[in-house]
Amino acid sequence: MPLIEVVDLHQKYGERDILKNINLRVDRGEAFALIGPTGAGKTTLLRLIDLLDLPTSGSIYFDGIDVTGLRRMRLEVRRRMAFVLQKPVVFNTSVYSNIAYGLRWRGARESSIREKVSNILELVDLLAYKNRNARTLSGGEAQRVAIGRAIVSEPEVLLLDEPTANLDPISTSKIEELIANIIHRYDTTIIMATHDMSQGQRLANRIGVLINGEILQTGVQRDIFSFPRNREVAEFVGVENIIDGVIVSSQDKIVTIDIGGGVIEAISDYAIGEEVCACVRPEDITLALSTVSSSARNSFIGEITRVVSLGPLSRIEIDCGFPLIVLVTRRSAEELNLARTKKVYATFKATGVHIIRRGK
Amino acid sequence: MISLTSCLLASLICIPLASLIHFNRFRGKRFLVSLIQTFYSVPTVAVGLFVFVFISRAGPLGGLGILFTPAAIVVGQVILITPILLGLTISALNSVDRTILDTARSLGASGLQMAVLVIKEARFAVMAAVIMGFGRAISEVGISLMIGGNIRGFTRVITTAISLETSKGELELSIALGIILIFIALMVNFVLNRIQQR
Repeated sequence: MPLIEVVDLHQKYGERDILKNINLRVDRGEAFALIGPTGAGKTTLLRLIDLLDLPTSGSIYFDGIDVTGLRRMRLEVRRRMAFVLQKPVVFNTSVYSNIAYGLRWRGARESSIREKVSNILELVDLLAYKNRNARTLSGGEAQRVAIGRAIVSEPEVLLLDEPTANLDPISTSKIEELIANIIHRYDTTIIMATHDMSQGQRLANRIGVLINGEILQTGVQRDIFSFPRNREVAEFVGVENIIDGVIVSSQDKIVTIDIGGGVIEAISDYAIGEEVCACVRPEDITLALSTVSSSARNSFIGEITRVVSLGPLSRIEIDCGFPLIVLVTRRSAEELNLARTKKVYATFKATGVHIIRRGK
Repeated sequence: MISLTSCLLASLICIPLASLIHFNRFRGKRFLVSLIQTFYSVPTVAVGLFVFVFISRAGPLGGLGILFTPAAIVVGQVILITPILLGLTISALNSVDRTILDTARSLGASGLQMAVLVIKEARFAVMAAVIMGFGRAISEVGISLMIGGNIRGFTRVITTAISLETSKGELELSIALGIILIFIALMVNFVLNRIQQR
């Protein structure tokens, strides 16, 4: 039995659909990431799960019980969860009191509060700031207070909304480390929303892609990142090469796709005549200055139109009759002396191509 | 002393009442709030007259026999400063960030626990409301004069004494009393400020 199950959830604000037909199951002990662009409805969904708002229609089951409409049970159920909101607000009091609030509200004894809060202060690495007013902390520190304050009551479910939004890289990695630590140490079920797909990859064992109020795909990381179900998901998870074409031949699952000015070979079950998109991740393409004989079935010659340095990687845009985007390490970009107008061979394997049926 | 009592009583009534109004949604809430704000500047003599009618011998509460007693002044002053305290407390609570409420709710606060938290978060602004209320209570003459009766040693307060001495031509005494009044106000504000900074 899943710990949280969301069935046919809809949420409307006025005439606007914020969430449409959401179905979701999260098992106990799972770390689930809800990824999607800003404004997709992630926060709305988390608020509904935490019973802060009422849905327009649909139900939310917590531990097998439909808790959507039960007014009296809402507080009780909510006390078994904790929600770290996107904007970390701390109460205008000491760090210690901030973290102690949840326990005080649950009527815990002062001695147990003292012990638990000290443990949490250690976990979130704020022991030295115990008596400081929480308002004087930096953004990253405030977020750590917010997370500590949420987990001190040992919730069964921890909801995190963009836990590292607006934080610098060092604070971000500190928060991520803390979350990984919580997942590791406690038996907490985690549902986190993030627009950063790599963060979802790092922290969660299952991912749901929420775009425009709909969950378009759920699955383990590999499924989502290598086999996106449709164009929107593919675009969001960083498949930068999405090439339209038609399957013209099929033999032993190896299909040939006519992309107008060339063909791409790929592995697929789709039949001849099917209109498809061929998705190729930019990091799955290799570049060379001359033809190389390899097992890779797809090779195109093209002219570099743009080179952008992304720190350790370089992003190369090539015109092969169709645009192709390739990620290579900065080092190999330098070795090959890649620059605008240079001719290169772009090669990728048939297994590196993921086929999506078009129109749907 | 009378003004302090009034202020304390009014606070005890107004802070819970303000939270009640703030945290509940009901029809006519906005109208109620603007009505309260209208009464910020109610003339002291109007309140005096109103209370006088109620507690005079022939009035509905005449049986209590509190006309021309300190208790009557307290009643009058409480009525006078309630709108200010109520209105300013409501706006103080309004100024607390909504995410504070969501955070509290998500951490498992009940309705009452949430209200207490919000009052704590807004404590500076609430305290400012109390100080305003006290200021209005200590500076008024109309109520003390009309329903206190300015009885020497009993219901004569500094403001009524000043008004009396001035009309008698005892300007030096009036000025001295005025200075004392300002000094008392200063002291009370100083103490409240210290509490606020804690």
